[in-house]
Amino acid sequence: MHFIGLQNYKELLGDKLWWDSMWHAGYITLIALVFQNPLAFALALACDREIRMKRFYRVVFFIPPVLSQLVVGLIWNWILNPEMQNGQYIGLLNHLLYSSGFPQMVHGWLGDPKTALTTIAIVNSWQGFGWGFIMFLAGLQTIDKQLYEAAKIDGAGAWKTFTNVTIPMMLPVILVVVILTILGCMQVFVLILAMVNEGLVNHTDVPVTRIFSAMQNTNRFGYACAEAVIFGTILVCVSFVTKRLSDKAKQA
Amino acid sequence: MKINKYAFWGMTQSTLIHIFLMSVALTCLFPIFWMVRCAFMTNTTVFVDQSIIPHHLNFGNFAIAWTKGNFAVYLLNSVIYTVCVVTGIVFISSLAAYSFSRLNFPGKNIIFYLFVAAMMIPLPGSFVALFVLMTKLHLVNTRFGYILCMINVGLSMSILLFKTFFDKMPQELEDAARIDGCGKIGIWWNMALPFARPAIAVIVIFNSLTVWNEYILATLLLGDTNLMPLQRGIMVFQGANSTDYPVLMAGLTMAAIPIIMVYLAMQKHIVKGLSSGEVMG
Repeated sequence: MHFIGLQNYKELLGDKLWWDSMWHAGYITLIALVFQNPLAFALALACDREIRMKRFYRVVFFIPPVLSQLVVGLIWNWILNPEMQNGQYIGLLNHLLYSSGFPQMVHGWLGDPKTALTTIAIVNSWQGFGWGFIMFLAGLQTIDKQLYEAAKIDGAGAWKTFTNVTIPMMLPVILVVVILTILGCMQVFVLILAMVNEGLVNHTDVPVTRIFSAMQNTNRFGYACAEAVIFGTILVCVSFVTKRLSDKAKQA
Repeated sequence: MKINKYAFWGMTQSTLIHIFLMSVALTCLFPIFWMVRCAFMTNTTVFVDQSIIPHHLNFGNFAIAWTKGNFAVYLLNSVIYTVCVVTGIVFISSLAAYSFSRLNFPGKNIIFYLFVAAMMIPLPGSFVALFVLMTKLHLVNTRFGYILCMINVGLSMSILLFKTFFDKMPQELEDAARIDGCGKIGIWWNMALPFARPAIAVIVIFNSLTVWNEYILATLLLGDTNLMPLQRGIMVFQGANSTDYPVLMAGLTMAAIPIIMVYLAMQKHIVKGLSSGEVMG
């Protein structure tokens, strides 16, 4: 072992595959922020009233998050299977598309570099929205009902009440969910392993898979460490910034 | 007339809401149902029969997964790891949190903030160094090494949670215990732990979930199939049965059902834990 200074970091800065993988993780995070969190919020809003089977919904929405990413990935891998046997598609999704009259939609969702990452991001959102839902619902239930009544008396409609009462009151919770989504999605790894298993290395790589392959395939521990330090630093910065933002939101 | 109109709108609204919630709930449940369904088919029927409920149920896949797929060993390992890690976390973090909360010793604040800062660093940022450390200590491929690492993963969060509870514990309780002749350890065992029972519930549940579903460290540290926990085992199993989907689904079912059962039994605590905001940090 000898000391090589900042050599690994220098190499890392020019490593296109590494920054590509960073972008892939960012893309998965973006999809989660844009689709998963608003969906969770809408579901929480729908559940935040006297409604039958509320407990059932609350229990069901949290089932995907308690499963491991590996189990979820392998289930979806099977549902999205692109192969054909005896003239029939064996994957459920392609079979349904084919038999319900959309044969042009049949697709190797995970095999095509263009759709693989988006498919993974959607499955990731499918698994993750339960967390957001539970937290949003808990947040909504702490809002004082008198505020809504006051808004009603002042003549605010449903939309006005939503933008002027619900959103400001929920801001701290929203920030917490956003930060947890970012931290969680940037670290997605097992899901990708289960769904494509290194089939499309350079199209679905995320930082954690890069770190892994530097360790296990090429045995470059120093380089893996450099990657891990950069990745860890970025995540710590992200959580630090969001923490400051949420503290500010709490004071306001 | 007016009342009827309102009643009508109310009904339409709640129907629409139910349709929305129901469709999402079905999307949540269907893939899991599909997994269980496929586990009951044979390798030939699974490609032919696309009906919702299969015509012939075949239980053989579970037996194959259990014996040939080594699932008996994996499950036992997972249980061992979960129990050991969670016990270790509760024991160590409650002692540590108690001393951070009630005792005075030099460097107390610095050490505490070091623990909190450790919580900020995600596992992917540290597992390379952890692996090197474990290799140097000759703890790779041992149960003990894996348990130690996993305890370390859950420690800071639990210390923080315990400390917030111990800080709220009234001083009078402690004084009364001291007068009755309790030592520091006695107070910790007889007063502090029972007082923090809600915290213990949250810590046990969430750390159990983490340990049961953990994959990265299990891959790095455990190469011997006899030591692997369930998640790691499934990956080996998947490699060996990559085309035998019914058997694979049977394995996945066996991995998923216990955790769903535990969740259904504990879901009240989970919701409370998530809602209280203490787990969010």
